Amino acid sequence: MPGARRRKGGSDTKKPQSGEASSSSSASPSFNKPDKPPAPPLPDKNYNIQKRNENVVKKWSCIDSCCWFVGFICCFWWFLLFLYNAMPASIPQYVTEAITGPLADPPGLKLHKQGFVAKHPVVFVPGIVTGGLELWEGHQCADDLFRMRLWGGTFGDVYKRPLCWLEHMSLDNETGLDPPGIRIRPVSGLVAADYFAAGYFVWAVLIANLARIGYEEKNMYMAAYDWRLSFQNSEVRDQTLSRIKSNIELMVATNGGNKVVVIPHSMGVLYFLHFMKWVEAPAPVGGGGGSNWCANHIKAIMNIGGPFLGVPKAVTGLFSSEARDIAFARALAPGRVDFQTLQHIMRMTRTWDSTMSMLPKGGDTIWGDLDWSPEEDYKCSVQKLMNNDSEIVGQTGEESSENANCVKYGRMISFGKDLAQESSSKIQRMEFRDAHKGNNLANTCRDVWTEYCDMGIGGVKAVADYKVYTADSILDMLHYVAPKMMKRGGSHFSYGIADNLDDKKYEHYKYWSNPLETKLPNAPEVEIFSMYGVGIPTERAYVYKLSSAAECYIPFQIDSSAEGENEESCLHGGVYSVDGDETIPVLSAGYMCAKGWRGKTRFNPSGIRTYIREYVHAPPANLLEGRGTQSGAHVDIMGNFALIEDIIRVAAGAMGEDIGGDKVHSDIFKWSEKINLDL
Amino acid sequence: MNSSKLKGNLCIAMLSFASLLRFLRICIFEHLKCCSLLGCKSYGTPEKKQSPDEKVFQEIKKSRNKRQKPMGWKCVDNCCWIVGYLCTTSWLLLFLLYIVPVSLPGLKGPEIPGARLKREGLVANHPVVLVPGIITGGLELWEGKPCAEPLFRKRLWGGWGSGFTDIFRRPVCWMDHLSLHYETGLDPPGIRVRPAPGLVAADYFAPGYFVWAILIENLAQIGYEDRNMYMAAYDWRLSFQNTEVRDRSLSRLKGQIEIMYATNGDKKVVVFPHSMGAVYFLHFLKWVELPAPVGGGGGSGWCAKYIKAIVNIGPTFLGVPKAFATILSAEGKDISLIRAMAAGLLESEFLGLQTIEHVMRVSRTWDSIVSLLPKGGETVWGNLDWSPEEGYNCESEEKRQLQALSKENNTRSSTDKSLFQVKHHKKYGRIISFGKEASEVVSSQLPTFSKDFMHSSTSANSSTSRGEFWTEYDDMSRENFQKIAENKVYTTTDLLDLLRYVAPKMMQRAEAHYSHGIAENLEDPKYNHHKYWSNPLETMLPDAPDMETYCMYGVGIPTERSYVYKMSPSDRRKGIPFRIDNSADGSDSCLRGGVYFVDGDESVPVLSSGFMCAKGWRGKTRFNPSGSATYVREYRHKPPSSMLEGRGLESAGHVDIMGNVALIEDVLRIAAGATGSELGGDRIHSDLLKMCNRVNVPL
Repeated sequence: MPGARRRKGGSDTKKPQSGEASSSSSASPSFNKPDKPPAPPLPDKNYNIQKRNENVVKKWSCIDSCCWFVGFICCFWWFLLFLYNAMPASIPQYVTEAITGPLADPPGLKLHKQGFVAKHPVVFVPGIVTGGLELWEGHQCADDLFRMRLWGGTFGDVYKRPLCWLEHMSLDNETGLDPPGIRIRPVSGLVAADYFAAGYFVWAVLIANLARIGYEEKNMYMAAYDWRLSFQNSEVRDQTLSRIKSNIELMVATNGGNKVVVIPHSMGVLYFLHFMKWVEAPAPVGGGGGSNWCANHIKAIMNIGGPFLGVPKAVTGLFSSEARDIAFARALAPGRVDFQTLQHIMRMTRTWDSTMSMLPKGGDTIWGDLDWSPEEDYKCSVQKLMNNDSEIVGQTGEESSENANCVKYGRMISFGKDLAQESSSKIQRMEFRDAHKGNNLANTCRDVWTEYCDMGIGGVKAVADYKVYTADSILDMLHYVAPKMMKRGGSHFSYGIADNLDDKKYEHYKYWSNPLETKLPNAPEVEIFSMYGVGIPTERAYVYKLSSAAECYIPFQIDSSAEGENEESCLHGGVYSVDGDETIPVLSAGYMCAKGWRGKTRFNPSGIRTYIREYVHAPPANLLEGRGTQSGAHVDIMGNFALIEDIIRVAAGAMGEDIGGDKVHSDIFKWSEKINLDL
Repeated sequence: MNSSKLKGNLCIAMLSFASLLRFLRICIFEHLKCCSLLGCKSYGTPEKKQSPDEKVFQEIKKSRNKRQKPMGWKCVDNCCWIVGYLCTTSWLLLFLLYIVPVSLPGLKGPEIPGARLKREGLVANHPVVLVPGIITGGLELWEGKPCAEPLFRKRLWGGWGSGFTDIFRRPVCWMDHLSLHYETGLDPPGIRVRPAPGLVAADYFAPGYFVWAILIENLAQIGYEDRNMYMAAYDWRLSFQNTEVRDRSLSRLKGQIEIMYATNGDKKVVVFPHSMGAVYFLHFLKWVELPAPVGGGGGSGWCAKYIKAIVNIGPTFLGVPKAFATILSAEGKDISLIRAMAAGLLESEFLGLQTIEHVMRVSRTWDSIVSLLPKGGETVWGNLDWSPEEGYNCESEEKRQLQALSKENNTRSSTDKSLFQVKHHKKYGRIISFGKEASEVVSSQLPTFSKDFMHSSTSANSSTSRGEFWTEYDDMSRENFQKIAENKVYTTTDLLDLLRYVAPKMMQRAEAHYSHGIAENLEDPKYNHHKYWSNPLETMLPDAPDMETYCMYGVGIPTERSYVYKMSPSDRRKGIPFRIDNSADGSDSCLRGGVYFVDGDESVPVLSSGFMCAKGWRGKTRFNPSGSATYVREYRHKPPSSMLEGRGLESAGHVDIMGNVALIEDVLRIAAGATGSELGGDRIHSDLLKMCNRVNVPL
């Protein structure tokens, strides 16, 4: 047998035969091909038969078996596919119900039965990363991709031609606009951000539920924008803000004068804040809508997971283009996530102005200094309890605050775990701001441009020697390590706290997306909701180390070996976490609505009513639920039934009080009180 | 540069080949192991019995008898093998195709006009609005019955979405959802099907079948993108005014034009309506300037302020005769051809497959089809003895096409020559005649019946059981059909009466939205009613002297103009009583398969697309009081010379013309700011002017 197999090449039969001797022994003469002369009639019949058996086996050549195998798999697959297609559509649901018991009606259907109907037109403002981008003009390597999605969808081209893809996704280093010869534009319409990739919903569930009570294209509008650009540049290049303004006006006019309900998500929250300032500012730089525009066109703003005061994650994204996930992956497989990849990513993301809109705002006043932070009494061990029973939260929180040594969240970046815990008097810091950067002579990576390549050993050392960074000093540090980028971003965003909001300088657009440097519009009828998930550990501060790689590298990385002493510690893999929705800490999402804008303050002169709606995270009970109907995670919350129900009620006309006012599970009010900000 | 790329590609190919082979080897060894295991068993038995020598012969005999059973095994194996072989080969080919660099010299097509014009220095100037026609726009589901549960927001009609394939999986459900309400012409209860928005609405009708895609790509070359290009998608099943009532489509179109005007530095827009979109936009022009309750409230200067040019591509201004055939018997040239080839296919009642009846039932709920009925009555489309196209010679058209390939200069002379050979004119005015003779004889020989029966109401025998597919034919008796057929010939005016007779409810519903006459006095206040707005012979163009109107369409393809009908075989109770008599062939090529042809773009006759621009609106007329300029641009059809060209770079077919290089160039120049005279004014190949002179409409 093995011999026969080895001679497989000789056979050129195209017809396969089964290995069964009985079947083919009789037929074999007819199958014999010219290259194999028919067996001579031998006296010994026994031998003859054996010989024939051998012939038969030989014909099962390698290629034949291979074809057979492929064919078998294909047929089988098609058969399954056919069965799947022929199956009545109700079976999956039936199976699910058999396993988990009867499903609850989706909120849209439930409310539809209760008699809710579409009333106010809704506007969705997607966040960073989730919106699709398509190619309108490109270099030769992307010739066949015209009007195809480069971002969102399948991401097939990331694998097919990674360099070409990176080149197209990057923006111009100097201007933050299109590089010459490349035009990437946001996808428009609801498809822009309904699904991020196949099967990974963003807005789709919300849209489907709104459709149940009668929403459709004419009263639903996705304010898609190019999320890589700075907010004002999206107006300069695409006139996106103007188009949002006109479309809102159009929807109000064609829907019987009902004002719109705006639903921004993630960075869209800041974008819409910018929009509200822009639309009322006079024409050359603003939209020229007049001072009553917001009052006349907006009913409510329902912010979902809004990073009002920024996110600490944005710092590490810019600093070393990593976050907890990447640091974790790196710890698992040290060689896999190579620095070249990260550097490519860094080079691309640093051309995107929008990432800078999410740096922490308000400095030490909000985020805490070396010794103090608003969340200092937060106990991470509570997390597990909370998942089981959210009512215990209050008690445990109080108990733990007594005996725990407080985590110093204010130190957003510390070099070394010890420094993150040391009392501030013992830390010796070297000033880095004026330190000489040195020249990186060994720099061989000119082609992969990041500003780290312009920095020598001296500069790297100076940064590390400062040891501990708070929100304020982080900005200085970023200015030090990436001066060009921060200069570009600095003309579009600002991160401070205004002393006097009536100052003329605050008419500049760079302040518009910072809630601590702008006033809300004069529209007392409008309601602002802040809706976000709680109960998931969220990145808040990092332990860093110098990376060890030799030449071409990002000199800093998260020290993923830094772990807390025990299970209850907040430190895991070099990251200190607090309560939040996995991306945005509670403080950032909730502070403005809990305190900054509550009542008549200087940030909210007309006394717009604000509400906080928190949703406690509950992981999906089983696989069939997919990403869960009670999730509180940053994106998955868009499928949270409670949140969807709130939105539908408001869209159908309810006021904040009607849906129950504040709904708070975290310590947001307590933490807000600790922040000493002039209101 | 290129060679290194090629090398890289080859390297990748080799590597992946190697890994593929490795994988296959693993598979095979596994498989062979299995085989040998199986084989051991089967070998075991015969070997045992081989020991007695004399039994061997019997054994072989037995096995021969047993052959049937193992053959079954072999068959499955064979199938598997063949499938596997095909799959592997196709994968290999696909893989090779994928590796081959895109710019292989042999496959490189000619440069697209957009790239050439970009080098000439053309840049995006005026924002453009694309108005798709009937059928080509995508429709998606927003609310449906349980059978369509998984199709939420999927395309039911057109496009890449998966919903379109549901026509095969659950045809009845699919038809239910595409139908409208028979009484109101709006959504049936519990179903909401809405037009797909954005450029994707009508860029491709089906995968690979472009509609606007090529034009969009060329516009993008000179700098157009989402912010200065807008697809005015609307639900093409609804009557035009109902798109505003239900979806606010007209308001949104107005709003979008204003937005684009404002965000593009106060530049006027150029509008490109295609097919039925041309009449839709005519409706819009009237709607937008009228005051608010029924109109858009834009004021009388709106069009002058916002619109630079209206470039109608293959417009159906005066309607198409095909619409009659569609409503009357749900067939056109194509369907009657299929019926001729496979007689049983379409009407077999096997599995309840009454395709045509289903199509008719669904399409009769669509008001928009009525907007395509010929307008202007006998004055425009001819009466029993006369028609504007009567001099047209179909033979010459074919000759011209043949000669166009070799030498274009001779065409005119041969045309003239063949014109003299015409013996008697075709009587195109008789749009439907029962029997071939009836379409040819002199009118005095026609039997004279009074057509009064059509004005009396049908003797609706309500006892008729309304079956599953309900058309209004089921309410009529056989005698009524007989009477209709005995009347022999119908002109457009008669046909409208006939439709009112055979489908009273549908016409009642639709005629509240459309009118097909010619206005006596346009100042009459009744013409402010929206049903007149889409009829160019019953409305005035807006007061916008600087606005330009273009009529761009293909010529040189035989286009349906009138039909020879017969009664359907009478053995069936339900169904459609009339059908095109596809056995009727003429001596020349004008009459083929029961259809008389004239010049046109395969769907719209030249007269319908060209008349308004060539005569009705030319200069200061009562239809065009401000005297805005009009241009006629015709594109002669040239079939694609090779398979590689796909649907042709010089095709003039109704939809294919959107890929016509000459048309694209004109379109781009207009969008970049050229005026009609800069383009070269009129360009006429057909006998349009002659025809127009024969049409006696007071101007």
